[in-house]
Amino acid sequence: MNFELTEEQEMIRDAARDFAQRELLAGVIERDENATYPKEQVKRLGELGFLGMLVSPEYDGGGMDTVSYVLAMEEISKVDASVSVIMSVNNSLVCWGVQKYGSEAQKEEFLKPMARGDKIGAFLLSEPEAGSDATSQRTTAVDMGDHYLVNGIKNWITSGGTASVYLLIAHTHPEKKHHGINAFLIDSKLEGISVGPHENKMGMRASDTHSVMFNNVKIPKENRLGEDGQGFTIAMRSLEGGRIGIASQALGLASGAYELALQYAQERKTFGKEIFKHQAIAFKLADMAVEIEAARFFCLKAAWLKDQGKPYGQASAMAKLYAAETAMKVTTEAVQIHGGNGYVKEYHVERLMREAKLTQIYEGTSEIQKIVISRGLLA
Amino acid sequence: MKILVCISNVPDTTTKVKFTDNNKQVDDAGVQWIINPWDELALTRAIELKEDGNNSIDEVCVINVGLSKCDATLRKALAIGADKAIRIDADPIDAYYVAAQIADYLKNNPFDIVLSGIESSDYNGSSVGGMLSEFMDCPAISSMTKLEIENGNVTIHRAIPGGKQILELTTPFVGIVQKGITNEPRIPAMRGIMMARKKPLEVLSAVEMESLSHIVEFELPVAKASCKMIDAEHLEELVNLLKSEAKVL
Ligand SMILES: Cc1cc2nc3c(=O)[nH]c(=O)nc-3n(C[C@H](O)[C@H](O)[C@H](O)COP(=O)(O)OP(=O)(O)OC[C@H]3O[C@@H](n4cnc5c(N)ncnc54)[C@H](O)[C@@H]3O)c2cc1C
Ligand SMILES: Cc1cc2nc3c(=O)[nH]c(=O)nc-3n(C[C@H](O)[C@H](O)[C@H](O)COP(=O)(O)OP(=O)(O)OC[C@H]3O[C@@H](n4cnc5c(N)ncnc54)[C@H](O)[C@@H]3O)c2cc1C
Repeated sequence: MNFELTEEQEMIRDAARDFAQRELLAGVIERDENATYPKEQVKRLGELGFLGMLVSPEYDGGGMDTVSYVLAMEEISKVDASVSVIMSVNNSLVCWGVQKYGSEAQKEEFLKPMARGDKIGAFLLSEPEAGSDATSQRTTAVDMGDHYLVNGIKNWITSGGTASVYLLIAHTHPEKKHHGINAFLIDSKLEGISVGPHENKMGMRASDTHSVMFNNVKIPKENRLGEDGQGFTIAMRSLEGGRIGIASQALGLASGAYELALQYAQERKTFGKEIFKHQAIAFKLADMAVEIEAARFFCLKAAWLKDQGKPYGQASAMAKLYAAETAMKVTTEAVQIHGGNGYVKEYHVERLMREAKLTQIYEGTSEIQKIVISRGLLA
Repeated sequence: MKILVCISNVPDTTTKVKFTDNNKQVDDAGVQWIINPWDELALTRAIELKEDGNNSIDEVCVINVGLSKCDATLRKALAIGADKAIRIDADPIDAYYVAAQIADYLKNNPFDIVLSGIESSDYNGSSVGGMLSEFMDCPAISSMTKLEIENGNVTIHRAIPGGKQILELTTPFVGIVQKGITNEPRIPAMRGIMMARKKPLEVLSAVEMESLSHIVEFELPVAKASCKMIDAEHLEELVNLLKSEAKVL
């Protein structure tokens, strides 16, 4: 047992912190307010290597471990979760699957530019009728001999409008249920693909979320990822890792809000003393600190298991559930500690609270995590 | 051309300073060490110059006089982009000791440009750079806010009260770096952090020498007195306080 970070892990955490504080903080309120895509910031994220930090150096990635990824995600999410969700989707939902299941040609064409940050990846699983129940895929990819013909609609796609690479999930053999689902790795500009309007969201407003329509889109055979029928496995395995990313995002939202609240509580005075000296406020901060620490342990444990090559599905579901619930609770309390100021945008905590809500919903709702965890209990 | 950047390992600027050993030692328990902010700017500028094809800088090295706890700081310098790090293994007692150790290294390992920060944020001696130039018998340019090299020609700006001075000079020289030399210290990229694993960090033993000074005692600055605001309408209260508390009336 060892709770020490390595020197390199600390260096990565500090680099992420410096980047977030110096380059994300300044415009974050305006980007949220106007739902402006953080183009420059994502470019810098790529230059610094965060977009492909988990990809092996052989494919132009940073070759960093998952523990470092948790640390970087936390620091970036403290300041701007719209940026960190782009990082999480690119690293764990798209690059990971290509590195694990992709052919050499696919890695050359898609993985390398994504790892360098030259191209952004999006993960297209959810549909209007298939969110929690991801097996009810209605998008079809019919095998036409030399290509697949794809029709259908994908919903709520992060980076849907900006990504150049799509990892698409669609049904080829509906009679085989989820064993008939395929995954494809495609250029987002293929003929027949159209993107719906930018969703006007409650939080993470600067990340672009869109529906994506497929109308007789021809996908060459060599763009299938993995074996025929392996798509659902690829999607679920990707989500197992993705949950570590979203759990760390939730952790960052919580710890970011906590740090602001702790600071505020030492500055704001009521009834002649700093509000931190009112026990009701001090105890809130104590509870927040304890829950954040627990969430951090969950995230790091899941990451460590993944780095050790051990099963991490159960641990990542626990981390995602606990961290998301903690984020919601802690950000709400942070608004409370800020009083009226907490309800005003310039103090950041109201935004963190709006963003925290999403971590309970995407990449498997909190209810779905409990399904995953409870099934795991009997496994 | 080769540039050597002197790196001082200093406590993070938010550190709460405490002392031990009868106030003769700084207590470094729990201290986060960082690259002295001016040195980080100097290093960033050196790397920018190396990356810019218009000059012939082919090596940027960093040097520190310190104990093994400085290694993490040196590896960060390597991750930012330095090619090689040298640590002279000694507990640096004062600026003279540091400058003499670096000068000794330079005797057998000449560099064209040596950069130091204008001060180290721990002891603020502002003396290593100047002493080093004396040891090296070359010019020292203090308060350098700009460093350009084109085809071997060096142009430097210095901040002087109310304006700036522009100089041209030949190598070797010691440049003592002030803020402005570059915009922001560079953040190490994942690739840099990965490459730093393979870059050399050489540890050399120090030359025997006496330090010229010794510490008698440290003292913290007196805490700022708190300020009482009195409403303009309550003048008697002000008078009372001046009498009873401040005792100036
Ligand atoms: C901003 C945003 C970004 C997103 N990005 C992506 C993306 O990049 N790629 C992608 O593929 N998807 C993405 N999603 C989709 C997201 O993953 C789904 O919204 C999520 O999985 C929930 O699905 P749903 O919206 O259909 O809700 P539903 O499945 O309709 O769930 C509604 C409610 O019912 C509960 N529920 C459902 N089934 C059960 C059950 N069996 N037992 C108990 N409770 C249940 C749920 O927990 C939830 O509370 C994104 C969503 C949002 C909002
Ligand atoms: C009481 C005392 C205790 C100290 N304890 C420690 C200790 O525990 N650990 C430790 O590492 N240092 C220690 N030092 C050394 C200190 O960190 C400085 O390195 C040294 O005193 C020079 O400081 P200065 O303020 O005069 O430097 P300045 O002249 O202000 O520094 C200017 C520039 O010189 C260069 N420089 C300064 N110091 C070094 C260095 N050591 N190596 C390379 N370049 C340098 C940098 O470029 C810096 O920007 C101690 C110093 C004192 C006075």
